[in-house]
Amino acid sequence: MCRIGAIKSLDFVHPSMALQLMQSQQKGHDNSGFAMVMHDLGGIFENYKKLPTLSMAATDEGVRLAEDILHEAGFQRVLQWVPETNPQPGLDINAMPNYVFETFDYPKHLRNGEKKEQEDLLLDMRLKLREALEPNEEGFVYSFWPDVVTLKEIGDPRDIGTYFNLWQPDDKFTARVITAQCRQNTNYDIVRYAAHPFHLQGYTALANGENTFYLKNVEFQRKLHRGYIGFESDSQCFLYTLHYVHHELGWPLRYYKHVVTPLPFEEIEQREDREQLKAIRQSLAHLEINGPNTIIGVLPDHSMFTCCDAKKLRPVVIGRDEKTVVISSEVCGINEVLPERDWETDIYPNEREIVAIGNDLEVQRWKQ
Amino acid sequence: METMRVQDVTPNDLPWKIRYDASRCTLCGSCVSACSFRAIEAKVERRRMVFSESELPEPKARFSAVPVIRQVKSVKNYCRGCGICEKVCPNDAIRPERNPDTRHPIVTRCLGGDSIKRGGRKNLESTVRTLDKIRVGRISQMTDPSLDAQRHTFDLLAPFGRILPPQKLPLGVGPEGLLRTEGSTPPVRWIYPVVIGDMSIGALSWRMWEAVAMATAYLNEECGLPVRMCSGEGGVPVRLLKSRYLKYMILQIASGHFGWNRIAKAMPHMIEDPAGVLIKIGQGAKPGDGGLLMAQKVAEHIQAIRGVPKADLLSPPNHQGLYSIEESVQKMFLSFNAAFKFRVPVAIKVAASSTSVSVFNNLVRDPYNIVGGFFLDGIDGGTGAAHEVSLDHTGHPIVSKLRDCYLAAVAQGRQGQIPLWAAGGLGKTGDLAADAFKMIALGANGVFSGKLILQMAGCVGNDQGRCNACNTGLCPVGITTQEPPLVHRLDPERVAQNIVNYFLAMDTELKKLMAPIGNSSLPVGRSDALVATDRAVADKLQIQYVC
Ligand code: SF4
Ligand code: SF4
Repeated sequence: MCRIGAIKSLDFVHPSMALQLMQSQQKGHDNSGFAMVMHDLGGIFENYKKLPTLSMAATDEGVRLAEDILHEAGFQRVLQWVPETNPQPGLDINAMPNYVFETFDYPKHLRNGEKKEQEDLLLDMRLKLREALEPNEEGFVYSFWPDVVTLKEIGDPRDIGTYFNLWQPDDKFTARVITAQCRQNTNYDIVRYAAHPFHLQGYTALANGENTFYLKNVEFQRKLHRGYIGFESDSQCFLYTLHYVHHELGWPLRYYKHVVTPLPFEEIEQREDREQLKAIRQSLAHLEINGPNTIIGVLPDHSMFTCCDAKKLRPVVIGRDEKTVVISSEVCGINEVLPERDWETDIYPNEREIVAIGNDLEVQRWKQ
Repeated sequence: METMRVQDVTPNDLPWKIRYDASRCTLCGSCVSACSFRAIEAKVERRRMVFSESELPEPKARFSAVPVIRQVKSVKNYCRGCGICEKVCPNDAIRPERNPDTRHPIVTRCLGGDSIKRGGRKNLESTVRTLDKIRVGRISQMTDPSLDAQRHTFDLLAPFGRILPPQKLPLGVGPEGLLRTEGSTPPVRWIYPVVIGDMSIGALSWRMWEAVAMATAYLNEECGLPVRMCSGEGGVPVRLLKSRYLKYMILQIASGHFGWNRIAKAMPHMIEDPAGVLIKIGQGAKPGDGGLLMAQKVAEHIQAIRGVPKADLLSPPNHQGLYSIEESVQKMFLSFNAAFKFRVPVAIKVAASSTSVSVFNNLVRDPYNIVGGFFLDGIDGGTGAAHEVSLDHTGHPIVSKLRDCYLAAVAQGRQGQIPLWAAGGLGKTGDLAADAFKMIALGANGVFSGKLILQMAGCVGNDQGRCNACNTGLCPVGITTQEPPLVHRLDPERVAQNIVNYFLAMDTELKKLMAPIGNSSLPVGRSDALVATDRAVADKLQIQYVC
């Protein structure tokens, strides 16, 4: 089973904290990979918050292809960061030749353009890059979005950390929100794209568990939006539904829960908002999730949330101090990174709620 | 010796032969009076007995007249194999036996010069059913645990009504960050995923129809299962129309429009809306054929409910449209939606056919959002009366057709918008839960069943040519007849009880199927939960092949 974790802090934190958070939970997964998405970036990216950063792993040819495509579309590179790697012998990592984090300025005609236009272009570019690099596995394009970077690799999370020098905190590569996952590779070939967290237009989601309505979700989502592709993992469905409900339909976040784990009809009938809840359940029946799982999500405004399946078969814990909130599959992870916190304030979310963490770290609990 | 006449009909020409044991028979006459088809009669046979009265054998012969029971040699009053004689005989002296060498299909046509009519179901059974080559093969075990069928709650409900695509929902965000409704949506009822199929009062005896209605009400009010019953074409008793039980009824309109006069007249007095309206275009057991209620069955109360004289009642094979059938169906949809002020969902029932997907696609694209369900009826369905040739040779199996329709919706991203309901031979082996569950995983929202309901009531017919005399008005168990003495054989309370019990058993079984795949709501379209043991079936249905 995968282990997932997320950190949201008032200060910029380094990925070493995420590695620590996940390290203590290593018995819960098979050490087959590590992935993280960082939002609200600090360090070298801090001055480029409005500009999109490309996160990708590629061959030399892949990098060239990708850069050509972006230049042709009018993007201009303003920053490039290549992590210093540490390829010691004996590390369990299936590394790609290049890891690219490049920030671009928009094509001229869009620099002062509408937000929607920019967002659509960024998505289209990412899809185009992915398609171009796919045939010979020239590269994997994880995200292309302002203030977001993604790193995914196959191997032992500890060694991946060593390889990228991520065990050593510094102030160059930091963020206020880091979500991370250590993989348990069960159902799928080891595919880089299958590792969550997944990112789409400012939304990030990662999940621990199973989605037994995977097929129903996939068949429905394929037709909902051009960005809903891949489906290498059932957890992608959680992201796409989040994006659809919050971004496309424009509904408040709390309705995400009503879509993925709708209330039983009997309970809906007792409620004042039954008309709306029934309409949601009817029209979005194919986005329901059945099976045990916990979802952690990040929204474009960098706020974070978590919720779990309707039977609480796969819970998470939320621990916090004044400056940081941490969500983790197992409490031992939180003990590692927030040893001094007041344990009594830990939250074990209920199966019928969404716990949302605002940018001021205020925790809100919405009962479904 | 008389010249033999080979053309005369004898029992060995007929589908059933009566086996009679004179030595056990006490001549009580029960069988003769119980046989509604007059297929047996009391006769006197001349018997010769050899005896001796002296001490040494001195054989003498004596002739005597012995009363016996004999099979009638007629293609009209022939034995249907219903077994009622056997049921009533106190001494096991009589029973029907299937005659594999029957010449009945030929002889009947030769003698009558007319097509053979029959009721019941298709009688050409050759291979293992498709559904029996499918198993629920994806079992939740480790990472996604199975649910507990006893402990967990399950949402066993299916939609009846038009469902809007999410982006068309009239929902807006209110000041408190809550969604509010800013427009109207088509009516949708969430009902039990097994609808009691459309059998008219006319095809059924009044006792049978009432028993089904009674079971439906009981299931709703006492058992908490929102089961709906479809009236069939032929109206509804006014008393029921004006009662609160109307909300459990789906009213059917078919091409004959029988009974609608009364329904229309009762509208101002209705205290509840009906559960829905079902426009019947075709029927799986005899696609392309209209309805047929033979004069024998048009009893006085049927004449009253339908507003007709005693005569063969034929519903035309088509709804009569002004210009095209699509147009007339469209008009019907509009008028029935309007009749109940858009509060009652209106659905359509068609016979499965190679063209079903195009019909379905047309409806899915209906711009008015008024089509509230697509009821697809396959070849294995039942009927009260039909021409045998239609019954046996026309129609389309339901399983792949339902799947085709679902996949057509998927291809357009419109699954679930017009709920799919499937029927036609489901529950044939007696196990409706398994069939229903498999159909749901293939994409049906729910299923409907009529024939099986009759079997719950005591129908003795089967697919191997037993009985199937529903058209004659002589149903031996009082289900499809209007003859008072036959109708009185049926105990409506027992029938209702059987139906209720069957549904309760089925409900438990459906949960027993949902639990191992880890689902608490119906797995509509979850074909990944199914596997097929037949390669062709797997390919056609796009499910995993296993062996
Ligand atoms: S089996 Fe039925 S039809 Fe045949 S003789 Fe007996 S009662 Fe009559
Ligand atoms: S028992 Fe009645 S309902 Fe059943 S097949 Fe015979 S006639 Fe039809």
